[in-house]
Amino acid sequence: MQFAISLALVLVVTIVCFFSSNYIGYRVVALLLLVCVSLLASLFDILPVLFAALISSLSWNFFFIPPIFTFHVSTTEDLLMFLMYFVIAMVNAILTFKIREAESKARDKDEKEKTIKLYTTLLNSLSHEMRTPIATIIAAIDTLKDATHGLTKEQQNQLLEEIERAGMRLNRQVENLLNMNRLETGILLLRRDWCDINEMIFTVIQKFNESACEHELIFHPTESFPLVKIDSGILENVLQNLIHNALQYTPKGSTVRVMTAFSNEILTIVIEDSGPGIPESEIKNVFDKFYRLPNSKAGGVGLGLSIVKGFVEAHGGKIDLENKAEGGVLIQLTLPVEATFISQLKNE
Amino acid sequence: MNKAEILIIDDEPQIQKLLEIILESNGYKVQTAVSGKEGILLAANHPPELIILDLGLPDKSGHEVLKELRSWYTKSILILSVQDSEDAIIAALDSGASDYLTKPFRSGELLARIRASIRRNTINPSITRAQFADLTIDFAARTLLKNNQVVKLTSTEYNLFTLFAKNEGRVLTHQFILKEIWGVGYQLETQYLRVFVGTLRKKIEDNANHPKHLLTESGVGYRFI
Repeated sequence: MQFAISLALVLVVTIVCFFSSNYIGYRVVALLLLVCVSLLASLFDILPVLFAALISSLSWNFFFIPPIFTFHVSTTEDLLMFLMYFVIAMVNAILTFKIREAESKARDKDEKEKTIKLYTTLLNSLSHEMRTPIATIIAAIDTLKDATHGLTKEQQNQLLEEIERAGMRLNRQVENLLNMNRLETGILLLRRDWCDINEMIFTVIQKFNESACEHELIFHPTESFPLVKIDSGILENVLQNLIHNALQYTPKGSTVRVMTAFSNEILTIVIEDSGPGIPESEIKNVFDKFYRLPNSKAGGVGLGLSIVKGFVEAHGGKIDLENKAEGGVLIQLTLPVEATFISQLKNE
Repeated sequence: MNKAEILIIDDEPQIQKLLEIILESNGYKVQTAVSGKEGILLAANHPPELIILDLGLPDKSGHEVLKELRSWYTKSILILSVQDSEDAIIAALDSGASDYLTKPFRSGELLARIRASIRRNTINPSITRAQFADLTIDFAARTLLKNNQVVKLTSTEYNLFTLFAKNEGRVLTHQFILKEIWGVGYQLETQYLRVFVGTLRKKIEDNANHPKHLLTESGVGYRFI
């Protein structure tokens, strides 16, 4: 392809110059052809450019250096010019190629450094994130095993609960890492199927209701909502992450509300809380990988929202986050979906 | 109380130990195998009431073990695996697993699934009545009672309920249910299923939004308890 374009460009310039060589003189043609080769060198690989340099020098010789239509060169001056043209075209091609190679090496190095930095961040936060619950588990078990402490029943139960919480936290981290990996490696395949959104939201909320009794988690279903075609596993994960965040980062007694709407083949899900909100200057960063708000409380590595964004985008949708005027964060998911209305089916 | 025998096929010593403690402390007799081959041999020598099978075994894949067991073993096989993708779960259920639980699991949930599976083994297929908490189905009279009140079901709803009732505690995949109720050719029409599960829930559950009987197994199917 690059060879064909190089050949075509040289031919076009040659033809145009051929008919105007009476006005511009054949030496100017050499410069025009050189411009051509330089142009190609800045865009193409080394081989097509060398090829262009070669055929342009030959065509200049054949069509322009008198006597024309021969490769014969009659004056020493023209012979020198022809040789110089050839050398300049080649040097031009090679130098441009070298510059581009150096640039791409520098880019690779930058990229590599960025990746290393990312993985270091990941490892640091991960080892912290994993060691905290592991430390909890080991210490709590030591205490439970050591009968001389004379723990009250109440204290024993507290330790057992801590172990349980630590286990759940470890499991959540592993799940997030696996999901991150699914997104990064592009092996995320959507399994779209008809889904009852109300049912799905109730299922997710039920999982939280067992653990989150310090918050008020509210969902009022819209009756006669259509069935929509989505990957319910992935959307469940998105909602779980968002509700988990809302519960995690708002004070006790806050309200978390889930709302849904459907119009024009667009499914909208809103999750809002009555917490302290997010500093305006930080909003643009919250979806970045490993980003956590300054001074946010322990727990979490900053993967949740970036996974959510990846999952929503994999569905062709988008996610927006803003502070509400009356306080609290509002997250809105908009997903283009195929939908069907229940009333279209008959029940016999 | 229940002296049912359970065979555990899992190569992780920690999980084995844990399962042994959970099961034995609940009155079950336990046998253990650390490979697919050993598990199949043990099951053949002394068929247990239920097999707990891990999918990641050292010698052969759990799916192969499942298929081999299913060529002659008719009682319950419960899959206990770290594989949590919907595809893996559906594949296992399609190859004859009675139920599927992913690791990490809660021991209460495991015991409930085991009880349901074993109870299913002993259900007499010719029974005419079955009771599930506040629900009673009379197969002969084709009627369903909730708190002794007749629940009016359409023919499709009744067939759907019967299918669930006969597979109590078991995960039924969308495809399986669609094939059983609507027939071959309807396996991809999951919207029918969503609609009828919705209407059935309104009739049999106290609160259709928080079902106690007809549970959703996300992306896989439904389970009736």
